[in-house]
This record gives sequence, structure tokens and C-alpha cells, in this order.
Amino acid sequence: MDLARGEVAAPGSSGPSGSSGSPDTSGTPEVPGAPDPSGLTGLPAASPGKAASSSGAAAGVPARRGAGWVRLALMAVPMAFFAVFFGYPVVAIVGRGLREGGQWQLGRLWQVLSDPDILQVLWFTLWQAAASTGLTLALALPGAYVFARFDFPGKRLLRAVVTVPFVLPTVVVGSAFLALAGRGGVLDEWLGVRLDTSVWAILLAHVFFNYAVVVRTVGGLWSQLDPRQEEAARVLGAGRFTAWRRVTLPALAPSVAAAALIVFLFTFTSFGVIQVLGGPRYATLEVEIYRQTATLLDLPTAAVLTLVQFAAVAALLAVHAWSLRKRETALGLVPAEHTARRPAGARQWALLCSVLGVLLLLTVVPLLVLIQRAFEGPDGFGLASFRALTAQSDSATFVVAPVAAVGNSLAYAAVATAIALVVGGLAAAALTVPRSRLRSNEGTSRVERLVRGFDALLMLPLGTSAVTVGFGFLVALDEPPLDLRSSWILVPLAQALVGVPFVIRTMLPVLRAVDVRLREAAAVLGASPLRAWREVDFPLVRRALLVAAGFAFTVSLGEFGATVFIARPDTPTLPVAVARLLGRAGQSSYGQAMALSTILMLVCAGVLLALERVRTEGQGEL
Amino acid sequence: MLRLDGVTVRFGERTALDAVDLEVAEHETVCVLGPSGSGKSTLLRVVAGLQQADAGRVLLSGRDQTGVSAHRRGVGLMFQDHQLFPQRDVTGNVAFGPRMHRAGRAETERRVAELLELVGLPGAGRRAVTALSGGEQQRVALARALAPEPRLLMLDEPLGQLDRGLRERLVVELRRLFRRLGTTVLAVTHDHGEAFALADRVVVMENGRIAQTGTPLEIWQRPASPFVARFLGFGNIVQATVHGGTAATVWGKLPAPEGTPQGSTLLLVRPGGVLLRAPEEGLRCTVEARTFRGGDASTVTVLLRPEEGPALEAACTLRDAPEEGAEVGALFDPGEVVALSAEAAQ
Repeated sequence: MDLARGEVAAPGSSGPSGSSGSPDTSGTPEVPGAPDPSGLTGLPAASPGKAASSSGAAAGVPARRGAGWVRLALMAVPMAFFAVFFGYPVVAIVGRGLREGGQWQLGRLWQVLSDPDILQVLWFTLWQAAASTGLTLALALPGAYVFARFDFPGKRLLRAVVTVPFVLPTVVVGSAFLALAGRGGVLDEWLGVRLDTSVWAILLAHVFFNYAVVVRTVGGLWSQLDPRQEEAARVLGAGRFTAWRRVTLPALAPSVAAAALIVFLFTFTSFGVIQVLGGPRYATLEVEIYRQTATLLDLPTAAVLTLVQFAAVAALLAVHAWSLRKRETALGLVPAEHTARRPAGARQWALLCSVLGVLLLLTVVPLLVLIQRAFEGPDGFGLASFRALTAQSDSATFVVAPVAAVGNSLAYAAVATAIALVVGGLAAAALTVPRSRLRSNEGTSRVERLVRGFDALLMLPLGTSAVTVGFGFLVALDEPPLDLRSSWILVPLAQALVGVPFVIRTMLPVLRAVDVRLREAAAVLGASPLRAWREVDFPLVRRALLVAAGFAFTVSLGEFGATVFIARPDTPTLPVAVARLLGRAGQSSYGQAMALSTILMLVCAGVLLALERVRTEGQGEL
Repeated sequence: MLRLDGVTVRFGERTALDAVDLEVAEHETVCVLGPSGSGKSTLLRVVAGLQQADAGRVLLSGRDQTGVSAHRRGVGLMFQDHQLFPQRDVTGNVAFGPRMHRAGRAETERRVAELLELVGLPGAGRRAVTALSGGEQQRVALARALAPEPRLLMLDEPLGQLDRGLRERLVVELRRLFRRLGTTVLAVTHDHGEAFALADRVVVMENGRIAQTGTPLEIWQRPASPFVARFLGFGNIVQATVHGGTAATVWGKLPAPEGTPQGSTLLLVRPGGVLLRAPEEGLRCTVEARTFRGGDASTVTVLLRPEEGPALEAACTLRDAPEEGAEVGALFDPGEVVALSAEAAQ
């Protein structure tokens, strides 16, 4: 067992050292997926429902009997990737905790689960997740409406700003909220209000993170719902609210449910925020796993808790998959740009202003406080903290200048993005194939069921404890032929694991939205299946590929929970460096941490803004 | 040119095509006519190689196409809603086929220009296909299908989504075009007007089977079954017992067409063959409704309720049309009475 590195990186006693890896920083699967394909599915010509009814099979029909094998071959790489870099480490660490002398110690399960302290943790995990979800929905649904139906200056910029929290390392967000509402924070100075000892700080930080989930998933669909549906109801005698409740709400309900599930999932596995803001009183499962693993060295208990979290996440994902399937019922969708208009009348302006106000308070203010702290030094405002980042540190915490982390992070993220694109792209392609063949003469085959199970499996890393994965890497991948412990590739591999679900969720809707008959048209005109893919599918998914790459990149940049275990001391990533700086005493370190966080935030925001551009250009062209 | 031998396609329980035999000769235009769900589109998809047949064979130029991929069959298919590639402009769409067949650049350019000229869109090459009107999209789709010079061109509801005026104009244009190019054409449609205007030969389909084959005139004059007759819009069908030259029906005695076998049969009276007279003459009826149809002859369809038997439809000119509620007598023109096949009477 090698805990040394983990302890160097995250001194157990200091609160703000930890951060969540996968759940919080990875974002929602649907978020990038929802907006981009909209431009495609919104096209009147490409109606997937119709495609399914009129098409028996895709272009290369005579090769159909081989299609199952094509699918399996496409799945082979992602499957191997997940088996080796996800399944194996998790199983290894659970095994290490629950096996003793070659015997499974299943009695431990019961022993741990009947511990009142653990039950307390479970209960808190559940109710804070439920409360965070409720609060997020209440605050973000009006936001979704405003972004979907109103046109206002700066909308594109604001949409990107909303998404920034999403890819920020939780440790940075926790610090920002601490700076805002903690002791000596802005609210404390001005109003004498302190929230860091109450659960409110946690809930608000969760809203901060997940506001974008709701705005993007629900708002994305909302912006494509044909307003004439509601108008039809109005003409038939329904009042404004009744029309919304009877027509729009039922159409939105599945996507609201999906968004709620995602938010619940992320807050259920929340780590960094609770570490920073929860103090000794509040702990979620993930925090407890971390504590048991890194501080108490109680691997058996950690293993049991990992299993519990695993089961809960699997159940949530199953519900999510089910609600997704329900969401696929055909809705009359129109291109988003035709549905938004300028607000008219005092009430709409008031709604717009209040939503933007909430947005400002929740999203922009914490980010601004973060930046303010970065520039605030002992000698007033200036670049002192940024300059200090370039200095070769003499302390034991840093072998290299903190600014080196920028280069490391970018390089790691680039490699991780490449891996995620290959693995996720292949998986998405494999998952697309059966769709067009649903009505094939053979019906649902065993292969298809396998593919569907695969779909759900690929989402698991989103909810699995990043701490477990990171620690599992160290435990499992240290023997030949897979002795990667000293290899730099370990970090991008762990980060790619988090990026893959993203790539899949971005690519899948777009790939599925490509009308089968376009492919058939190409085939009849003489294009072989491969050529048809290159000529028809590829130009349509190129943009989604770019978006997927962007998200995978930012997610990799922000990944912390797993990276902290495996990043080498001389090559820290940005979030790891931030955590180390925060764990170090002193005003200067705090300022440097904030400065580094600001750099990270700006990089993420830059990537997101570029994505917004790709997205709108795409809609403009189609 | 094209031959189908007992082609059968099943989707689970449903049989989309049931042992269909069909032949299309070189330079011939054949139109498959049928209601939606009768299997017409599936027929085209089987020929194109987009749908595998569960039984039977498709032969093109005498060669069995089983196992030949869609992209190697050398047939053209114009999809119902065109399926133009949205990310390519007009030229990109039309040039797609020649490119797939490795035509040279100069050759492709010449072909595209020629085809755009042919379909009446010269100089539209740089336009985005999404910016085109329905009629223009239809023309581009036609040009795209013709570009690789397919040995057989198939059209799926070629004019289905266009408005009436445009449709009537395009039907004439298409027919002239196919004549000039000598193209072999297999088209499907649910509109009998379209089928009659376009085709040398019409094939009527019912539930995956061929109900009747013939020239437009033959089908119009002698529908083979009540299904075909009703599909063509004829409603005056009545059970009859033929004895000598007359047929006994609930509408009274009707003149039986020549060659009708004796005994029980079904008779069709075309609306034009129901002559309106004074109430004392012929079958006494009440005028239940009248519908003005327009057209060159100012036709009016009159719905008659006889004292006995099913309602009758009569066609007359506006000038001769009786008022609603009026009492009239109906006579039957022997030339407009058709015997539907005895087999179909079951």
C-alpha cells in the first residue's frame, strides 16, 4: 500500500485539500449533447421517427448478418479500456478490503452497515442530495425558460458563464464559497452573515455547480419546442398558465426528470464541496470513503462503502436510462433560433431581470470573489500572487514552480482528450448501429441487449468514487505486464475515464439523429457503407466531435479526485497544485492558490466560449 | 430489364410484400399504385437493395441481385422527401453519384451543368439545398438520381408533397423527360391521377399483393376488383344476378355488360353513367347532397338516396344539377356499367 503520495498531496488534517473528481467536474452527460444535435434533429427533413418506420435496415444490407460482429468489434476497444482501467482497479481495491487470507469477508458488509455513524453519513448523503436537487430545480427552471424563450444581449456569453462552474475543480469552488460566505468572507465583512457552518453553504455551492445542468438539458429542449403548440392550446381556450401546464410541461417533464436525476447523482457523490464547507459535521459517502482510505487506512470499511455507493449509483443510472428512453418519444421540434424573442411587457422584463439577478449572485459573484482574492496581496491589489507562482519554491510541497502545473495540465488534458475521443467515439459508433436495425427482420438479438447493457456500463465512471478509482490505479496497475505506476500515461488514462461518458453522450444523439435514409440515398448513388459514413455522417458529426473534444478537455483539466493519488510530485496538474497551495499555511499560498484557480478558470472559460461559437455557427449553417 | 420473382418481405407478423411478380421492360415507365401501407415503398427498397427479401429473387438485366449491395446495383432512387444532403449545396448533391463512380472532375462538372439545365435549374449550383422550395428540391433530387446514369430509375411518391398546380405541371414534364432520355422508370404513388399521367403501365397493389396490372386506360375502364374500383374513387358497386343481357339488383334491372358470366356478380356503375331524369322515369331517388368539383366541364357530383339499396353517386354538369332535396329518376348508361371479376366478389 502506498499512501505516501496521497498524503503528500492531500494532508489529511487540512480541510480544503480534497476535491471531487468525476462527479462534480465531469458535468452532465446531456449537457453538451442537448444543444448541438438540436440543429440537426430540428430539421424538418430529418425526422427520426419516420426514418425508423420506413427503413428496415441500413445501407449495407447484405452484410447485415455480419453487423452484430461489426458492433462487437467496435465495442472491443472501449470494453477493454473500461475493463482494464476501471473494472480491474475498482475490483482490486474492493477485493483488497473484503478479502482476507483468500476468503471473502462478507460479514463486514453487515458490520459496517449497522454502524450508527455510517448510517448517519448515509442519511445525510441522501437528504442533502434531495434538498440540493430541489433547490437547483427551483432556481434553475426559470433560468431554463429565460434562456430558451428570450433573446437578450450577451446571451451567448452568459450561457458560457453559467457552464464555467461545471468544469471548475470543486476545490476551487469550495474555496470561492468560503471566501464569499465563510469567516472573514465578503458576506461576513459586509453583513455579518456566515454560512460556512450551516448546510446552506453546501446546498448553494451545489446549486452553483448544477445550475447549468438544468439550464442546458431542460432549456435545450425547451428552446426547440414549437411555441405554436402552446398557441394552439391558447386558441382552444386555455389560459397562459393552463396552456403551459397542459402542453409544455408534459413535453418537458421527462427532461426535467432526467436533469433532476443527474443533479441528484452529482450531489449524492459530492466530495470537494463537502470537504471544504462541511467541516467535521457533514460528510457524504464519498468524503467518508476518502477519510477511511487516506486518513484512517481502514480499507475494509472503505470497500464496503464503495460497494454501497456503486449500488446506489447503478440504481440511479438505471432510472436515468429509463427516463431517457421515455424522453425519446417524438416531439415536434423546431430549430432553436426561431423560438426565442425579445421580452415584451413589464412582467417578462421582470422575470428576465430576476433570473439574471439570481445568476449574478450565484454564479458570477463567487467567481469574481475568487478573482479578487487572486489579485489581493498584502500590499494591496497587484500581480504579486501570479509572480510568486513562477518562483521556484523552497518548501517541501513543491518540487517545481507552481506555474509548471499549467503546462502539465494542458499536456495531460490533450492526451486524455485524444484517448477519450477514440474510446468514446468507438463506443458511440457501436451504440448507434442497432438503432437503425430495430425493425430488421430478426428482431432484438442478444447482441443488441448486450449493447444496451454496455451503454449503461459506460456511464458508471460518472458516479463511481474517483478516490476509489485513483487509489485503485495505484493498487492494481503496479505489476507487469501492467506496471504503469511510474508512467506519466496513468494521469491521462484516469482523466480520460471521466471524459469518455461525456464524449459518448455528446456524440450519440447526433449520430442517432443522422437520418438512415440519407445513408441509403448515398448507397443508392453508389457509396459503399464506409464511404457513406465518411460522406454523410462525418460532415454532420464533425461539429459534435469538436464539442465533445472541448468538454473532454475541460473535464480532464479539472479532474482531481483520481489525479491527486497518481500525479507525480514533480508533475502536478493545476487542481493538484491548487490543493497543495491551499493545504499550505500562509497568506501568500492562499493568494497563489486563488491565482492558479483563476488561470484554470480562464482556460476553462476560454474553451467553453470557443464551444459556444462552434455550436451557434452550426445552427446558423443548418 | 427488371424482374421480380415471388418476392416476399415480412416485418414480424406483418407481410409487406406477398409473393410479388413484376416485370419492367427497357424504356418502360411503370407506376405502382396503392394506398399507404400496401407495400409500394418496400417494393422499391427491395429492388434498390436497401431491404432484404425473405423469399424470391430480384433480377436486373437478367442477373440475380441477391447478395449485391445497394451501392453496386446501379439503380437510382428518388426518395419520398428527397433526402438531399443538407450539408452540401446543389452541385454537391448532384455531383455525389458521379463522384462515387469515380468520374473525372471535368466530366462531373459537365454532367451537373447538363442535368441542372435539364431539370430547369440552370446556375443554381451554389445554392444551399435547405434554401430551396419544395419544387426546386424535387428537381434537384431528380437531377441527383439521374446523374450516375442508372439503368433503372425509381421514384417514391415523386410529387407527393407538392401543391396541386406544380404537381400537374411536373407530371407532364417528367413524362416528357423520361421519353426523351429513354429512361426505364419504376415509380410508386397513392394518387391515381399521377399514376395515369405518368405511366405506360400501372400496377395496383393491395396489402402486399398485386391486385391488377394494365395500361392506365384498361385499369380505369375495367377495374378488376371492388378494391381497385373503390381505390379509383368509384363507389357505385352493387351485388347483381346476371340472367341473359340484364342484371337484377336492388336498384332494379341494369344492362349487363357483354361477356359477363351468368349468375351472381358485382357490378360497378361509373358516376357518369347514372343519368338524371324526371322522377317518373327510372329509379326514384332523393338528392341528398351535391358537391361542385370544378374542372373544365364544371362537374357536379350528386349523391342520390334511392328508395331501396345503397346510395348512388351521379356526375353531371352544373347546368343539369338538381337542387338538394329534389326528387329525380335515375337511368343507367350500358356503356358505363362494368362487371367486377367474379373471383373478387367473394
